[in-house]
Formats: sequence, C-alpha cells, structure tokens
Amino acid sequence: MDASIYSAVEVEDLTVAYNSKPVLWDVDLKIPKGELMAIVGPNGAGKSTLIKVLLGLIKPVSGRYSFPDYQNCSLKELKRHIGYVPQSSSVDWDFPATVFDVVLMGTYGKLGWIKRPGKREYELTRSVIEQVGMSQFMDRQISQLSGGQQQRAFLARALAQEADIYFMDEPFAGVDAMTEKAIVVLLKGLKAQGKTVIAVHHDLQTVAEYFDWVTLLNLKIIASGPVDETFTDTNITQAYRGGLLNSKF
Amino acid sequence: MFDSLYELISNYTYQTVALGSLLLGLISGVIGSFTYLQRQGLLGDGISHSTLPGIAIVFMLWQSKNNALLLIGAAIAGLLAMMFVLNIVKYTRVKFDASLALVLSVFFGLGMVCMTYVQNMPNASQAGLTSFILGQAATMLRSDLYFMLICALIVLSLAMLYWKEFQLFIFDRDFAQSSGYSTSLINGILACMIVMGIIVGLQTVGAILMCAMLISPAAAARQWTDKFPSMVILSALFASISGLIGTSISSLVTQMPTGPSIVIIINSLVIVSMLIAPRRGLIAKVCQRRQNRINFNKKSLENVLGN
Repeated sequence: MDASIYSAVEVEDLTVAYNSKPVLWDVDLKIPKGELMAIVGPNGAGKSTLIKVLLGLIKPVSGRYSFPDYQNCSLKELKRHIGYVPQSSSVDWDFPATVFDVVLMGTYGKLGWIKRPGKREYELTRSVIEQVGMSQFMDRQISQLSGGQQQRAFLARALAQEADIYFMDEPFAGVDAMTEKAIVVLLKGLKAQGKTVIAVHHDLQTVAEYFDWVTLLNLKIIASGPVDETFTDTNITQAYRGGLLNSKF
Repeated sequence: MFDSLYELISNYTYQTVALGSLLLGLISGVIGSFTYLQRQGLLGDGISHSTLPGIAIVFMLWQSKNNALLLIGAAIAGLLAMMFVLNIVKYTRVKFDASLALVLSVFFGLGMVCMTYVQNMPNASQAGLTSFILGQAATMLRSDLYFMLICALIVLSLAMLYWKEFQLFIFDRDFAQSSGYSTSLINGILACMIVMGIIVGLQTVGAILMCAMLISPAAAARQWTDKFPSMVILSALFASISGLIGTSISSLVTQMPTGPSIVIIINSLVIVSMLIAPRRGLIAKVCQRRQNRINFNKKSLENVLGN
C-alpha cells in the first residue's frame, strides 16, 4: 500500500468471534482519508461486523484499531466525528415519530447528555432533510415511509451528525434506481467536503462507478486498495469462494 | 356503603387509596410507554412476579412488617430477576420469552414456597404478607402515600431529564451507542425506573396484575397518537383515570377488590381505544376501506366513461 496515503482508520490484527466461530480473522486494514470505500464480500463475510467493531458496538477478541486524526481524543470526543447509517431493517419503524424526529436524533451525539436540541439543531435538521430531498415528508410518520424513504431518512440523520468519517451498512439496500442515484450524489458530495465514507455494498456491478476504493472481505481481507487496481476478477473470485477459505480453520 | 358521592369523597380511606391509585397510574403509565415501545412489555410482568421472594425473605430475616424494608427486598429481587433474564439472553442460546418464563417461574415459585413457610411460622405478625400477591389497596396508609409521591417525583423527573436519551435508545440502540451514549447506563436507569414502578404497584394491584398497569395504558394510548410525547402523557392520563375510577367502584360496591377493578377499567379503555381510535381503530379502518372502494370504483367508472 502506498505509504503517502493518509489513513482515517487503521486496523491491526483484528479478530472477532461470535461464540467460538470466528467472523473476522486477523484483519489488517488501512482506510484512506477522504475517499469513498466499499466493503464487498459474500453473505456472512463479516462486513457488517467489521464496521460495528469500528463503531464500538462489538468488542473484538483481539487486535487494535485506531483513528489517527483523533489519537489524543477521548472516546466521547472521537464519537462526535463518526457518523453511522445502520441497516434500515435494524429498527422498528412503527415507533411513534416523524421523519423530522428521527433526523433530529443525528444531532444528539454532539449535544451530549440531558441538553435539549435548540434552534441550531432544528435548522440543521431541516437543511439535511432538504439535502436528501425529503422536505415534503418532514412531518410524515415513519411507519408510512417506503423503503427508499426510510433509507434517505437514515442518511439525513447521519448528515445531521456532521461527522468526518461515515460508516454505512448497505445504504443502497431496498432502494429504487432514482433513490440510488440520489444517494450516490450525496456520497460524492461528502467526498468533496473531504469526508471519509465506508459503505457495505452488495452490487458488484456498481462498485467501480460509485466508489474509489474497495475492500474485498471474506473472513479475512482478500484485497484492499483503489478500485482500478484491486477490483480484479481474480480477487473477486477469491472473495466469493467463501467455503474454501473457511475450511482452512 | 356510601350513600352519596360526597360521603365517598370525604372518606379518609377512600382519599388515601384514590390518591395512591392515581399516583400509581401516573408512574406506570409513563414507564409502561417506554417498555411497550421497546417491545418488552412482559419484562414488567416477569419482574413483578419475581419480587415475591424478596418480600418473604426480608420478612423471614427481620420478622418485620415495615413496608419500606419489605419493598427494598422486593426491589432487590426484581432487579436480580431482570439481570438474570437479560444475561441469560446475552450469554446463552435461550431466547427472551423463554428466559423470562424461566426466571419468572423460578422466582415466583420460590416466593410461594417462602410465603407458605412464613404462614406456618409461630408468631402471627405474618398476616397480610400475601396481600402483595393480589394487592390490598385498603391497607394503604398516609405514609405509603408519601413513598408513592416520592417515587412518582423521581420517575417523572428522570423521564423529563433523560427524555432525549430514552427516545434515542428505544428507537435505535446501536445508533445511540455509536453517538457516544452509554446504552448500558440508559438501560440501567430505565431498569431502575421499571422496578420502582412495580414496587409502587405491589400494594395496590399486586404482583400478578401489575403487568396490566404497565402494558394496558401504553397500548391504549398508542391507538390515539403517533407522537412519542403525547403517547407518554396520554398513557399516564389513562392509567391515572382508571386508578381513580377503579378505586371508586371498589369503594361503592361491597366486597369489590381495588386492584382488579382498576385493571378491568384500564383494559376496557384498551378495547374502546382499539375500536374507536381515529385512523388506527378498527372502525376507522373499516370505514376507510369502504370509502376507498367507493372512491376507486368511481374513478375507474369515470375513466371508462371518459374514454
């Protein structure tokens, strides 16, 4: 890997297991700052697990990860610079809230305990809802949203976090072609602002079009680097031949 | 019993019990909304059943019927049971419903064993201990009322203080954690509130029916509103009013127990809400479907005629 590239996240010897079954094995990874990176791999390859570890949601069995830009920050300070778009299926959409309420939750991290959102937070929320093209749905019940609208609401919530590093778990899952294009425009916009985006992605056809960097993952890192160098047929075949890799244990 | 409403209202025991039921409704309505939206309504049931051994063991150790002491025992047993339920789910392959049933039955069984043992003890002071199983509101004293008032103030202040955190945590736990909040701390605060609500309810409605006080007001309130704050307020309102009406009925009708009366009233409210609430109610849904059919038929007829 090119030594001149500045990393937003560095992962060393990371191993994660659920019960006795490893889901990630000895992962070393440098995520370049200011790039759009896709994490690609078959089902059960550990893609979601990897970003959940980096978000602090899952404790690894061994290994380290660090955010070089925030090395001297407290954990609390660090989290203010990290945004998250979970899988939209991970929450109960029948919760009594409007799109505005959900997007406002993005501002809670920077607010901290007890403090209430004020004028600044409300304005920020309105503006990010506009950015994802949901202004006319601002007061709509979240139970009445389509899959694509749910995804956009979650993206808006992440934008409201005003983070520098974004982790997204399948941001394109269940969205139609138009929403997909809109999300891509947003992602490119984030890159233009110098933000780092790491997204779990499933559609191999669009990796080269949407992303600059790609990490092929199947329990281990198969390959990681710029898309044009890394996203080769050999690497893809190797990543999706999951059974063989797993049997080496 | 009472010849007039005035006589009822000016009765000292009625005043105490009615105020107590009102406070209980306030507390359980607020807490119930949180557990209902977390889909953990039955957790309250498990915990309330599990408080019994705490009460019995405290009595066995100190031979005291001091309410505060007994309720501390109940709270400890309740918290212990909750920890068991959540950790069994976390560390074994047993799922939430099974884990809850296991812990509930073990604790309740232990509670009944201890209660029976206490019943057969030589001194007579154990009388009335079993009232925690089905509740006996008439034994409520002014001092109990102060305890309930303090609990209500604590629960309401916590709910207001950590409103934003609770909302975030209930809707999306992972997102709360990734935003820098300690979800175990929020969960802990919520757990303490639930246990507090339950021990407040033990004396009035008892361990067995307490879960109705947590689930039913929230379920009724959910039918009427799509907003989190209004749901919590409405739920507290429903539960308090049911507490008042239930107490009044049991005072007016001879031999009518208070706890079950309250529970029947609040559940009647649930049924009415499910039927007539706008948009979510059954009747509204049937009407909407009929209206849709008429409108769609009209439209397709217009299309046919137009062409």
